This record gives sequence, structure tokens and C-alpha cells, in this order.
Amino acid sequence: MPIQYYLFLSLALFCIGIMGTLMRRNAIIILMCIELMLNAVNLLMVAFSKMYNDASSQIFVFFVMVVAAAEVAVGLAIIVMMYRKVHSVDINILNRLKH
Amino acid sequence: MTNLVYLVPLFPLIGFLINGLGWRTIPKSVGGVIGSAAVLASFAVSLGIFFEVKDGVSQVVTLFDFIQSDKLSIPLAFQVDSLSALFLLIITGVGFLIHVYSTSYMHEDEGMVKYFAYLNLFVFSMLLLVLGANYLVMFIGWEGVGLCSYLLIGFWFKNRDYTNAAKKAFVMNRIGDLGFLIGMMLILYHFGTLTYSDFFGQLQGDGPVVSASTYNWIAICLFIGAMGKSAQIPLYTWLPDAMAGPTPVSALIHAATMVTAGIYMIARSSALYNLAPDALTLVGWIGCATALLAATIAIKQYDIKKVLAYSTVSQLGFMFMALGMGAYTTAVFHVMTHAFFKALLFLGSGSVIHAMGGEQDIRKMGNLGPKMRVTQVTFLIGCLAIAGIPGLSGFFSKDEILASAWSHNKAIYWLGVIGAMMTAFYMFRLYTLTFTGKFRGTHEQEHHLHESPAAMTIPLVILAILSIIGGYVGLPPVISEHHTLNEFLTSSVTNLGHHVIDHSTEWMLLGISTAVAVIFSILGYMANRKPAFAVNTGIAKAMEEKWYIDELYDAVIVRPLRSLSLMMDRYAERMGIDAVVNGVGKGVRWGGDRVRLLQSGQVGFYIFILVIGMTVLFAVSFIWNN
Repeated sequence: MPIQYYLFLSLALFCIGIMGTLMRRNAIIILMCIELMLNAVNLLMVAFSKMYNDASSQIFVFFVMVVAAAEVAVGLAIIVMMYRKVHSVDINILNRLKH
Repeated sequence: MTNLVYLVPLFPLIGFLINGLGWRTIPKSVGGVIGSAAVLASFAVSLGIFFEVKDGVSQVVTLFDFIQSDKLSIPLAFQVDSLSALFLLIITGVGFLIHVYSTSYMHEDEGMVKYFAYLNLFVFSMLLLVLGANYLVMFIGWEGVGLCSYLLIGFWFKNRDYTNAAKKAFVMNRIGDLGFLIGMMLILYHFGTLTYSDFFGQLQGDGPVVSASTYNWIAICLFIGAMGKSAQIPLYTWLPDAMAGPTPVSALIHAATMVTAGIYMIARSSALYNLAPDALTLVGWIGCATALLAATIAIKQYDIKKVLAYSTVSQLGFMFMALGMGAYTTAVFHVMTHAFFKALLFLGSGSVIHAMGGEQDIRKMGNLGPKMRVTQVTFLIGCLAIAGIPGLSGFFSKDEILASAWSHNKAIYWLGVIGAMMTAFYMFRLYTLTFTGKFRGTHEQEHHLHESPAAMTIPLVILAILSIIGGYVGLPPVISEHHTLNEFLTSSVTNLGHHVIDHSTEWMLLGISTAVAVIFSILGYMANRKPAFAVNTGIAKAMEEKWYIDELYDAVIVRPLRSLSLMMDRYAERMGIDAVVNGVGKGVRWGGDRVRLLQSGQVGFYIFILVIGMTVLFAVSFIWNN
């Protein structure tokens, strides 16, 4: 398959991920969109690895997956704690950092 | 003993430290004893030094290097020679008598120990002034006596008028000090040294070639310092206001010692002034003008201390007249006799003020004689001395001044005679109104009248004796071949030579002096025997109001300075500098207020900015790398 198919797919996924993080109100959905962006990047890197026959990108993909997992764990923990306080995950309500 | 000269200023310094640090705890009588004992110890050492100097000792005692660099060397050194030895005796001797007097006069004052601390500090500074071996040590003492004058004039600090008088004295002194400093710097610049022996040696022989105008400028600058310190025109108006201080202060500082510092300085610098004839002329004429102006004011004053204050200014004018004619030792002679009789007159007036319960207006006095015999007799002796009645000290010194005027400049001679006339007149006016006639005060004051205690009367008696015999060290040539004082001082002061007057002329001059003194003393008595105090008008009013000089200074100098200062405050300070500094602060705050709005707390907004920022960064790095 020509490499462009993978590039466009990855680009589309990434853009959907960005639009999601910018436009959604639910904190959990935002985390999911961030995962989407990370996975789009993973796909891209694997595609390039196949194109240039270089395995180092695939190693990098492992790193990205590990970091994504850790980040999700921490992020969800924070959201659970905040839910216990405010009983909502709407980011417009979570504005305690206001001046 | 001369090696121990450092003890002379040291004792009063220790007295100052003890009284100054412990004035809240030391009892009053102990404070007085400490202060007086310190000065007495200095007097004892001064006496020993005097006898050694009489036998020809003249020495510079160096304590330590004060300023030391490769271009400039100024040690803290004391010069012991005839001039400084004489002044040491005057300062410590008269100073001691005044300390003893103060123990009684200031007895009811809460701050008496503080007073003695200031007095000792003053004596210390004055001793530094006359003992210094270079102009810098003299200047340290010069400033010190100015400071102590301020502290003591404003001693009763709760009174606004007194503190204003103290400020006035200090500021006017300071103006003179600027001249002194400029003179010192000129000396340093041209001659590279401030030490007397160095500087005078260079003047006499191997110094750099300097134009005549340089000598004149240096001399004039130093004289400006003397103008401020010794109350000559135009810087004299502080001295009458300085009468706000306690009377012993007026006696010590403003009669016997501090105001004579200017004369000391010029006498010490005789080698310089002998090379600066224009400066000498200026000194002489200013002295003459001051002598006359102050005498006219004194004739119409009604406060006993103000009369004496203007009298002091006038007599200082006479001393500067003598200096102006190159007769330095004559001026020093008059300093000595004036110290005796003026201190006597001031202390006597203090005794009178004490007896009158604080009253100083002579219109309310009269017939104090019978109740205060010692004060009356000693005051009379003081008046006779200052008027120049033959036989007393003032006659000899004043006549010597007039004699040198006759051989130098006849105009100055006749003006001096007029001054002597006025002196005799106003002094006997003062005596008559105070001690004779009918008592014009209130009933309570009359009951309160009493002679002062021994601590006050004994110094009066001693000073009276000195006022009588003090003149015999300076007999005129017609009477004696030896002028003891001139011969004593000649090792440190060089008079400008003048024509010798032949004997018949001299007898005539003596006769004129005597006639003037006697006639005008009697006139002063007759005119005020049965006084009628009318309201003064015209010239008499101008004399009473001190010729409106203070008002003139106020209008020409003080008011413009004050409005200039207000203008600078409003425009340069408030609108200019404050606006800039505060503006920076305001600007930072304004910016912060704007930036603060970014912190909305809305997560969505933060994510948006995050994405935008990343995009911008990528774009920039992309462009940068290409």
C-alpha cells in the first residue's frame, strides 16, 4: 500500500484528537482524545519504520505506549479525586486555578 | 611638660564623655565638679607649658599620622609656642572660672550635667583649634566649636525661638567655613602642605613662585571663615540672637573664646597675611565698619545681654582693625583683655538676671547697687575697662590699636576714636540704667533681689582683678621700653613693621584716648540718670531695630531660597522624579493586571493555548532551520 494512506489516516486521527481536546467538555473524553493523538503518532512512526526499513521508530513506539499508559493512570486518578469533590467532570466547573 | 600637651585637650574630652554618657544618672553637683575639675587640670598643665615656653621652648608634638598618602601628609600634631601657650591660658583660665560660675547659675536646671558635657566638649574643641600644628587640626576644632555653639545656644531646646537662633548661628558659621575650606584647598594646591612650619617656611624662602593675587585670595578665603566665626559684617547677625543661650555660655563662647578663633587664625597666619596687603586692607575696613555699626546698635538696645552682644561684635571689629594694619600682637592683646572684661560683664549680667528672676530688660531695672554690691562693683570695673579708662587693661590694648591706626591710616584712627566714644557711652548707659537711679520693676522682683552666691561672685572678683592688672603686660613705648606681650609673642607672630611714633605724638594720642573715655563715660551716665523711655522714631528707631539688617537678609536671601526650594519640590521632585519612579511601579501593576486575565482557570482555554503555542514553536523551528 502506498505510504500516503497511512500518512493521511494518521493525520486524520491526529486532527480528530486535537479537535476533541479543544472542544469537548468532559474531562474523560479529553483524556481519550489525547490517547487518540498519541496512537496516531504511533501509527505514523510504524509506517515510517516500514518505509525506511529502520527499526528504531518501532522502539520509540514502545516508549510512547509506556508513557501514555502512565499518564492515563495519573490523569484518571486526578479526575476521580476531583469528582469526589465537585461531583462533576465538566472542565468549565473545574476553574479553581482562577486568580 | 610640653610633651604632655596632649593632656590639655584630653581632660575636657574625658569630662565630656563622663558627663555626656551619664547625664541621666550623675547627680548635678558631681557633674559640675567633674566638668570644672577637667578644665582646672588643663589649666594646670597649660601653666606648666607656659613657663616652659617663656624660657624659649617651642615644639611640635605629633600624635599620629592622620592623613597619609604619597602626595599628602597631615599628622595630628600640636604646636606649642608662645601664641598657642597664651591662648591656652586664656581658654582654660577663663573657662575654669565660667565652669565654677555655672555650677551655681545652672543649679536648678534639669539638664545641668548635659550642659557641663557640652561645655567640656566646647573647651576640648577650642583647645584643638589653638593647639593644632596644621590647618586641618585647626579646622576640626573650628567645626567643633561651631557645633558646641549650636548645642549650647539651643540648650533650652523646648523653646522654638532659641532653637531657631541656634540654627541661625550654625548656618552662618557654615557659610564662613566654606571660605575657610576653599582657603585650605588653595594652600594645598599651591604649596602642597597644610602644616604651619612647612607652609610659612615656604612663604619665607624656598616655596613655589606664586602671584601676589594668589596670596590675597588665600588670605581672603581664610578671612571669610573668620567673618563667620568672629561675627564680622556680613555674617554677624547670629551673635545677638545667640544670647538665647544660658548666660555663662554667652560669656565663654561669645565673648572670650570662640569668637576669638578668627583672630587667632589670622595671627597664626601672619606670615601669609604679610604677603597679602589687599586682604589686610579688606580685613581692616570690615573690622572698622563692624565696630561702628555694632556700636550704634548697642546704644539703643534694652536687653542687657543684647547690649553686651553688640558690644562684643564691636570690640571684635576693633581687633580686626588691628589685624588689618598688620598689628597682630596688638589684636591678640585686645583678645586677652577683652576676654577678661567681657566675660566679667556677661557673668555680672547673669548675676543681675538671676537676682531679677529672669528679667533682662534694663528698663525694668535700676538701683540694683545697694542690694548687689559685689556685682555692682565688679560690673563697674568691667565698664571702666571696656571704656578705656586709664589704668585698666582695656585702656592699654585699645590705645595700642589706635596708635597703630594713627601711624597707618588716619581715617581709620578717627573712626576708631568715634567707636571708642560710642563704646564708653553705651557701656555707662547700661551701667547707669541697671545699677543706679530708681528701681523700675515690679514689687515681687524688688523683694527677690539678692546678691549671688560665692560660686558666682568669686569668679566675678577674679575677673575684675584681671581686668585691672591684665593690661600691664603691654605698656606703650612712652611709659616702658619693654612691651612684654609683644616680646613674648614675637617668636610665633610677625607684625608688619610700621613707623615709630615720636613721644610727644604718643602722649597726645594717650591724652585723646583718655579724654574720650572719660567724657563719654560721664555723658553716658548723665544722659541716663533720670531716664524717660520714649518711643523711638526715625534714626533712633533704626538703631533699635538693628538697622533692619535681619529683615534685609530675610527678604534678599531667606525668602528667595525658600521659594526656590518650594519650586524644586513641586516641579523637580514631585512632578519629575516621583512621577517617574511611581510611574514605573504603576506601569508594572497595570501590565500585571492585564496578564492576570490570562489566568481564567478554564482548562479548555489552557489546552487551546497549549496547542497554538506548540504550532507556533514548530513553525518557528522549521523556518529557523532553513
